[in-house]
Amino acid sequence: MQLWMIFLPVLAALFMPLLFKKIKLHTGWFVFIVPVVLVSYYVSKIGERASYASWTWVADLQLKIDSSLDGLGLLFSILISGIGALVVLYSIFYLDKTKEQLHNFYIYLLLFMTAMLGVVQSDNVISLYLFWELTSISSFLLIGYWFTRDGSRFGALKSMMITVFGGLLMLGGFLILANITGTLSISEMMLQTSVIQESPYFTLAAVLVLLGALTKSAQFPFYIWLPDAMEAPTPVSAYLHSATMVKAGIYLVARFTPIFAYNTTWIWLIVVLGLITLFWGSFFATKQRDLKGILAFSTVSQLGMIMSMLGVAAMSYHVEDGVENVFKFAGFAALFHLINHSTFKGALFMIAGIIDHETGTRDIRKLGGLMSIMPISFTVAMIGSLSMAGLPPFNGFLSKELFFTTMLNAQDFSFASIATLIPVAAWIASIFTFVYCLYFVTGIFFGKQQELPKKPHEAPIGMLISPIILASFVVIMFFIPNVITDALIKPAVLAIQPNLFVAVSDVDIHLQAWHGFVPELWMTLGVIAVGFALFMTVKHWRKIYTIVPEWFSLNQLYRRMMRLADEDMTKLSKLYMTGSIRMYFIYMFAAIVVIVLSTLFIKDGYAFSTDNVSKIGPFDIALVVVLVVGTFTVLFARTRLTAIIALGVVGYSVAMFFVLFNAPDLALTQLSIETVSVALFLLAFYHLPKLSRHEARLPFKLGNFVIAAAVGVMVTLMALAAHSQKLLPSISEYYKETVYKEAGGGNIVNVILVDYRGFDTLFEITVLALAGMAIFGMIKLRRKKGEHHNETK
Amino acid sequence: MEILMAFVIGFLFFAAIYLILSKSLLRIIIGTGLLSHGAHMLILTMGGLGSDAPPVLADGVSNSSMADPLPQALILTAIVISFGVTAFFLVLAYRAYQELKTDNIDEMRGEEHDE
Repeated sequence: MQLWMIFLPVLAALFMPLLFKKIKLHTGWFVFIVPVVLVSYYVSKIGERASYASWTWVADLQLKIDSSLDGLGLLFSILISGIGALVVLYSIFYLDKTKEQLHNFYIYLLLFMTAMLGVVQSDNVISLYLFWELTSISSFLLIGYWFTRDGSRFGALKSMMITVFGGLLMLGGFLILANITGTLSISEMMLQTSVIQESPYFTLAAVLVLLGALTKSAQFPFYIWLPDAMEAPTPVSAYLHSATMVKAGIYLVARFTPIFAYNTTWIWLIVVLGLITLFWGSFFATKQRDLKGILAFSTVSQLGMIMSMLGVAAMSYHVEDGVENVFKFAGFAALFHLINHSTFKGALFMIAGIIDHETGTRDIRKLGGLMSIMPISFTVAMIGSLSMAGLPPFNGFLSKELFFTTMLNAQDFSFASIATLIPVAAWIASIFTFVYCLYFVTGIFFGKQQELPKKPHEAPIGMLISPIILASFVVIMFFIPNVITDALIKPAVLAIQPNLFVAVSDVDIHLQAWHGFVPELWMTLGVIAVGFALFMTVKHWRKIYTIVPEWFSLNQLYRRMMRLADEDMTKLSKLYMTGSIRMYFIYMFAAIVVIVLSTLFIKDGYAFSTDNVSKIGPFDIALVVVLVVGTFTVLFARTRLTAIIALGVVGYSVAMFFVLFNAPDLALTQLSIETVSVALFLLAFYHLPKLSRHEARLPFKLGNFVIAAAVGVMVTLMALAAHSQKLLPSISEYYKETVYKEAGGGNIVNVILVDYRGFDTLFEITVLALAGMAIFGMIKLRRKKGEHHNETK
Repeated sequence: MEILMAFVIGFLFFAAIYLILSKSLLRIIIGTGLLSHGAHMLILTMGGLGSDAPPVLADGVSNSSMADPLPQALILTAIVISFGVTAFFLVLAYRAYQELKTDNIDEMRGEEHDE
């Protein structure tokens, strides 16, 4: 049952084309059932003990598809299915059945839902990786949903490149972990933390897994794909690129904290990169002109915030004073803000979609003064933005206070005095968050109304249901936070900080909106004051965004890398893949010479000895002279006729060598074959170039000469070395002794050819037959002029 | 003798490679012919050259004075195969010339993006 729930969306996806083509009702209504079933199933699991189900896939390789519903898995599962239900509901009113290919959309969306549930419930690292890549692929498909637009395709490709890059590195980290521990199960790896810590590859594995998380969660410097992913339909942006998929990286960090938290590199990378992302995203959000662009950068920034809190949570592994220590809030705060962010960011994206839908533009410069026209959207946007800015009475206030508590505590982390900068950075980033939240709301709803592509009016109620539900969550969670934290967050905290808490009752954190005049409150007041001042003067300091030129940005870096991989690599390969066979010959011969000679001398294989050499007779020398002169004649021949005849001379002298070295069969064969060959050469010569009458001597080329000479020297050295060190006697004694007894023959060569090693001869006959048929085919079968393909009559 | 033959074979290889690196198709095929000669001689030389009689059973010939029969059998096979391949190459060159009107391999290049 538990396992089937993961695959429910994908099974439902199978029916989508049928439902879309045959039934007039909007396909989304059928899809809507799936997340509703899922969310009710997962909500019913709240409070139960962690449950585990698995299906063994490949037993020999420990591959399992499994579902482990502990606190963390359940929290994410509810988030995925809950927001999934609201997004499907919203998409029913957002996407028009008559204009859109809805079955594609919902298949991708359901595929994504399965992938995401698989990611958060997998205990097996390999199945985690498989589902992880499935989220990348379904996200790719969804971003490129309007595939006729250039921007969609560019955004889809970019997100695919970056997230798959991270995913592959993460797989590397997983494999290292699996190699160290001998298991693929994450929960079993956690039992072996001491073994993992002793491994020299501990830091490497941590960094690789972290890179997977950073790319997926759009952390600095990998955030660049997220703003371009805004080309997707708005329900997708709301679902994937704010509430769920981008939190897969957060999930991964949280899940692996009990393993990697012992590594300080891991902690500092998360904290520092998280804070940089937080600041960077909030700073550049105000620069954006596009509503979804602002929200994309704000998502980046909020994800950085969650990430940095998880980093602080990992610090608790390095202190010893138990539950009382100052880092105990961090994991709790991270997860609390994770839920809060999903609620308000989902609502804000839906509002942005509504604005786009009802006015025809998402450019904040063209929008304004919509407050009285779209009061419900305005209210929801206001709630979402103020929650994002961290103001009461919204849930963002509680998580922002917790965030400040976390960061103030982080400076107590003993082994870095630089840690005092952490709360300062967090505070400045929060100011910019406040600024862009105001910018977002006032840009749309305040000021004067301008000319718009469509006449604006309030959205249909169906479209507003989902954002209203999310916005009411934002408010409810401020007033009764502890209901949700007790049910969902405290069990999940156990998964992150099992070193501090063993049971849910151990997590003695009680949220309340008012806790006296603590530093956090003053920080919030400071944020509001400075943020408001900055917002009022935004016209004056906006120039700051133009200081850094466009070519210096990370997007340009990405483009350059893509160009490097594409154009520059093509240029490089064109440089040596010239199309000239001679060049390839030169590469090959040079490589052979280098490899053979270096092996011969480095491995001490060369030897020279004059033992076992036979005498040189006068006839030998004469024949050598004939052969060498014949070869020289071939080289220096002015006409081809000379070259062919000289080749014949060489062939006949080889035959004479065979006579001299007591090989009568060879001599016979060589003589006859050389004769036929020369005849063939002459035939070819007779038919060849009339045009190249100006036959010339082979021109001298130094490069060719050097290569050829090197090959010759190599062969000579090999021959000398091989002859000088004979290790074993020949097996030919056996043939000599048994040739008559066993085979009844006297000519040993012939008996070897047809008896001892008859198979060689069989296939050599085949070679001749093939050559004959091929020659026949080449001469007889030819394409007639004007015809181009497929005729072999 | 084996040492002298090693140098002769090296020279044959040198000449063969030099011809193979030339532009004319016919010279390349001549080069492959020289290359197979070199290879055959190499096999024979590596089998040892100092024999007094061919590997044929006859009166008064002892086993030890006979030439090694195995390399000879290998070479015989190799000669026939290289003949088949050379004949094929030659006809290929002849046909290529008929179709393309050139025997210069630098002019025998596929077009860019040739399917």
